[in-house]
Amino acid sequence: MNILQTIPLNHYIMLSALLFSIGAMGVLLRRNAIILLMCVELMLNAVNLLFAAFSVHHADGGGQVMVIFIMTVAAAEVAVGLAIIVMMFRKAGTTDINLFDTLKW
Amino acid sequence: MTDLILLKHELLLTALLLIFILMKLGKDISNSSFLKMSNALLLINFIIGFFGNQHGQMFASMFQTNELMALQKNMLNGGLLLISLSSSRWLNNHIHLPEFFMLIVATLLGMFFMISSNNLLVFYLALELATIPLAALCSFDLDKRQSSEAGMKMIMSSAFASGILLMGISLVYGVTGTLAFTEMSSLIASDHLTVFALILLFAGFAFKLSVVPFHLWTADVYEGSPVAVTSYLSVISKGAMVFVFTSVLYQVFKPMQEVMYQLIYIGAVLSMTIGNLFAMRQQNIKRFLAFSSIAQVGFILTGISGFSHTGAASATFFILVYVFSNMAAFAVAGIVSSAIGRETIDDYKGFYRTNPFLSWVLAIALFSLAGIPPTAGFFGKFFLLSAGAAKGNYVLITIAALNMIISLYYYLRIVRAMFMDKNETPIGSVNLSFNERAAIIICIAGILISGIWNGPFHTIHHSVTEAFSITPF
Repeated sequence: MNILQTIPLNHYIMLSALLFSIGAMGVLLRRNAIILLMCVELMLNAVNLLFAAFSVHHADGGGQVMVIFIMTVAAAEVAVGLAIIVMMFRKAGTTDINLFDTLKW
Repeated sequence: MTDLILLKHELLLTALLLIFILMKLGKDISNSSFLKMSNALLLINFIIGFFGNQHGQMFASMFQTNELMALQKNMLNGGLLLISLSSSRWLNNHIHLPEFFMLIVATLLGMFFMISSNNLLVFYLALELATIPLAALCSFDLDKRQSSEAGMKMIMSSAFASGILLMGISLVYGVTGTLAFTEMSSLIASDHLTVFALILLFAGFAFKLSVVPFHLWTADVYEGSPVAVTSYLSVISKGAMVFVFTSVLYQVFKPMQEVMYQLIYIGAVLSMTIGNLFAMRQQNIKRFLAFSSIAQVGFILTGISGFSHTGAASATFFILVYVFSNMAAFAVAGIVSSAIGRETIDDYKGFYRTNPFLSWVLAIALFSLAGIPPTAGFFGKFFLLSAGAAKGNYVLITIAALNMIISLYYYLRIVRAMFMDKNETPIGSVNLSFNERAAIIICIAGILISGIWNGPFHTIHHSVTEAFSITPF
């Protein structure tokens, strides 16, 4: 605990900004639907790290409560997402989002 | 115990959800009797919503409600009832009818909590409750590939959007050290980090509202989803987001009005222009309505940019008008799509010869969307633009007015196709059931009555003024 608190807040912010950017770039660049979901998870976990760090910094419990709820909601989101991907896979035979192009302008 | 009346709308919906689950678990009931019972329940829910509304806070002031929020929730309740009535044909033939109602009531519950939230934690949870079941609803035409594609685009983009929104929330938390809106509004100062957080939050909101740089999912999801879900997405989901937008961003981020104004300005101009330009070239009627709804969001943002009570009141009034007019348009599109199976605009050529009633309904709805008096849409847009003009930025108002002219072109294109164009194989005549007729008549009555009678706007304006003076911001 003490060691963690000796790390300056800026380091946490930078790390989570980096993780968040990696996740966001993954969502924008990767083409596999399952990897997309994983990248979204990475973004959410970056946010979780930031919440935990701010929570310690402000000595306020709210941020850590938020982390628990974010993890729960993310699990629900992935459950629905994977169900839809399975349905899509049955119809299209692939999880490559470039091939999901029946809806287009 | 007496406090529980504050939670009335939410408790009613939870009860509805439980009743639907029990009805599903009980002995098999046919779709038509389930539909009758659920419509009756939704009607009861809608009526009870008007009585005994109070203002106050609950759960360590994480939850707040007032007369304005009760009014907004009533509007959304009414919208759900209209959807259930107008899409009864599609629902009747669906094997998973009970699940449809469970999911849709769950999302509505999320929206109610979102409107009433007074804490970022509650706000986030409610937002997810409002979006995750919607993705399942989008893929509800189980045998259609397009529908599951729409569901996937919905869940991916909403997950991405909530990631961005959460980053904004966490930065706001880092700056202020609290999650409660009430304390937050007094702690916010416009330094660089807060501006960045605000931009992220705005981007998250813009995704859900489909404001232009973040609108790419809208048309695909609207086209692929079943019409009932499309109308839910474009009317109720968007309406709830606008309500939250006015109450949260207006009040919590009051010290940062200048930055907010820039963001809303850009979003409004882009949404109106790009929404209109893309709407012109659409062939599918659902896609067309999707782009027209993007353009409408631009007008709503114009009104919100005024940062006044009138702005909030006119946005709320516009949503009321929008519920009626968009619902009428979607009702016709949905009835035609589920009865005949045709969805392109060319199919509507010669529609007047076979279905005079439906084509008048669609024409009035499109007039209202375009903003032609004496329909309510004219006053909706008029109030929005005059609220936006209060800020003195006439460039924005001029762009909005020009966009209204462009929008006339493509709305009237459909009216022309229905009434004047000739067609060898027009859509056959459609017999309306009682439910569909009732929904359509309510919508048309709403459009015309709120167009000539100023009662609704005054009620809304009154409750907005009251709500903004009660809440401790």
